[in-house]
Amino acid sequence: MYTKDGENYFIVDSHTHFWDGSPANQANRYGKGFIECFYDYHRNLSPEEWVWTLEKFSKYSERDLLHDLFEVGYVDKAIFQPTYLSDFYVNGFNTTEQDGAVAERNPGKFIVNGAWDPRDGEAGLDKLEQLAQRWDLKGVKLYTAEWKGDSKGWKLTDPWSYRYLEKCEALGIKNIHIHKGPTIYPLNRDAFDVADVDDVATAFPNLTFIVEHVGLPRLEDFCWIATQEPNVLGGLAVVMPFIHSRPRYFAQVIGELLYWIGEDRITFASDYAIWQPKWLIEKFVDFQIPEDMQSEYGELTTDAKKKILGLNAAKLYDLEVPAEVAASSNGGAAVGSEPVSPAGVTA
Amino acid sequence: MVTTRVNSGEAETVAQVWAALATVRDPELDQPVTELGFVAAASVEDGTARVRLRLPTYFCAPNFAYLMVADARDALLAVLGVSHVDVRLDDHFAAEEINQGVAEAAGFEGSFPAHANGELDELRATFRRKAHLACLERACRKLIESGWHVEELAHVQLADLPDSPERASLVRRRAELGMSTEDDARLFTDDGGGPVEAGQVAGRLRFAKAVRVSVDGNAAFCRGLLKTRYPEEAS
Repeated sequence: MYTKDGENYFIVDSHTHFWDGSPANQANRYGKGFIECFYDYHRNLSPEEWVWTLEKFSKYSERDLLHDLFEVGYVDKAIFQPTYLSDFYVNGFNTTEQDGAVAERNPGKFIVNGAWDPRDGEAGLDKLEQLAQRWDLKGVKLYTAEWKGDSKGWKLTDPWSYRYLEKCEALGIKNIHIHKGPTIYPLNRDAFDVADVDDVATAFPNLTFIVEHVGLPRLEDFCWIATQEPNVLGGLAVVMPFIHSRPRYFAQVIGELLYWIGEDRITFASDYAIWQPKWLIEKFVDFQIPEDMQSEYGELTTDAKKKILGLNAAKLYDLEVPAEVAASSNGGAAVGSEPVSPAGVTA
Repeated sequence: MVTTRVNSGEAETVAQVWAALATVRDPELDQPVTELGFVAAASVEDGTARVRLRLPTYFCAPNFAYLMVADARDALLAVLGVSHVDVRLDDHFAAEEINQGVAEAAGFEGSFPAHANGELDELRATFRRKAHLACLERACRKLIESGWHVEELAHVQLADLPDSPERASLVRRRAELGMSTEDDARLFTDDGGGPVEAGQVAGRLRFAKAVRVSVDGNAAFCRGLLKTRYPEEAS
């Protein structure tokens, strides 16, 4: 919970990791390149005083995690989003099992999400069922650009992906978080193409698709798709830190998102440990669209911030929200959005 | 022939090598690689142009990376005084395949036989259309600031655009897409160069704005990442 100027903000960090990117766990040069790439994002966009050494960044402790999220980070609930990368890391980068162990040691603090890969075929479907039962899964994180042997990626529209999405429906896994990234088969296609989200969102109206980092670097394509699909949300991981280094650009992105999809379909995340919730939340609550941009983009209201920081994610994961945090309105409908039900306040 | 010092002819060639590299644009960011800081080194010796390129991350999309290295090679080969080109990408997960493929003029499919499925024409065309839309939005914003109404934009001709960097950029993008650059050509077009009804202009312009925000933001992000990755670079 974060409190400022008499307002309370329930915080759901929708994107956290407990990774091991250390040299001992790197299987090859790709594992080395990957953690160094993450580290460059961390260094480039963090305020100077928040920058870690590569050593700490490669493998931080559970103590660090709990301190940074819950002791100083204002987070009420953190969602572990796994990143397997089994081709790059000996024991995986941050797996459901690793995350789950931390969650079980700290009851009530974490939501554990799973993952699947359609290239695992029939055997993978059984594994997903077991995973869902073991961890009471309500969500999964998918990496369409993850490597697997000779394959450099897959599409949500692949036939096996549909089988897995049907399985998710059957297992009560409602929330499908999607990360888009470099390299995807075939290589001459746009690696960041978000068009496959469009198809599956239409085909599975009972599932919710959260497109992480709002599809950056294809913000425009994400907006175009999401405005027409009421079950598509945008996750702000990777966008949030621009609030420090490029506040006007942050204003443009938030402004575009509010226009195309509205305040009810955006979720906050720190992407810990790439960035830290404490400074992100403090700056976001203080943030306002610059005056000279308000004629274009309007204002970012307190209610919108409450929804983005936690109430929207609370709805997705049926989380109980303290009464003192209720947003006072439903927010305006954005272009193309369906009318939204009242913000999730449960007694 | 052995050169023991850089003669004025070679200095001239080096200058032309840089000018040639300045014509190579990152297709996604729509800016010259020289301005983005992607050129780590460029020199000429005995008619061989030696260029080293680098990108913001180890995992930058290999299709874009390939395009830039291949375009750099083509631009360098056209420089008078350059008889041989040695252009390579450093510090990238697919550098070996890209460098070899470009040097052998193998094409993208030849460079990535297992994973490519055709050449990069479609990718290039997609990003040329995005670049055009971003330029169209910037030009239209200037018109609206000077008093034009959005609905009127359906009938604006290129001649109505005052001389400006925005106009020059837009005309260049139109030429790349095979659209007319004549004075009486329609300014506001769909992706195919066809007319847009007055009632549709606002919607298309609104989307163009999202494209422009996206392209500009991506470029700024990439420039920043490059500086973090290579802090000692001076350009």
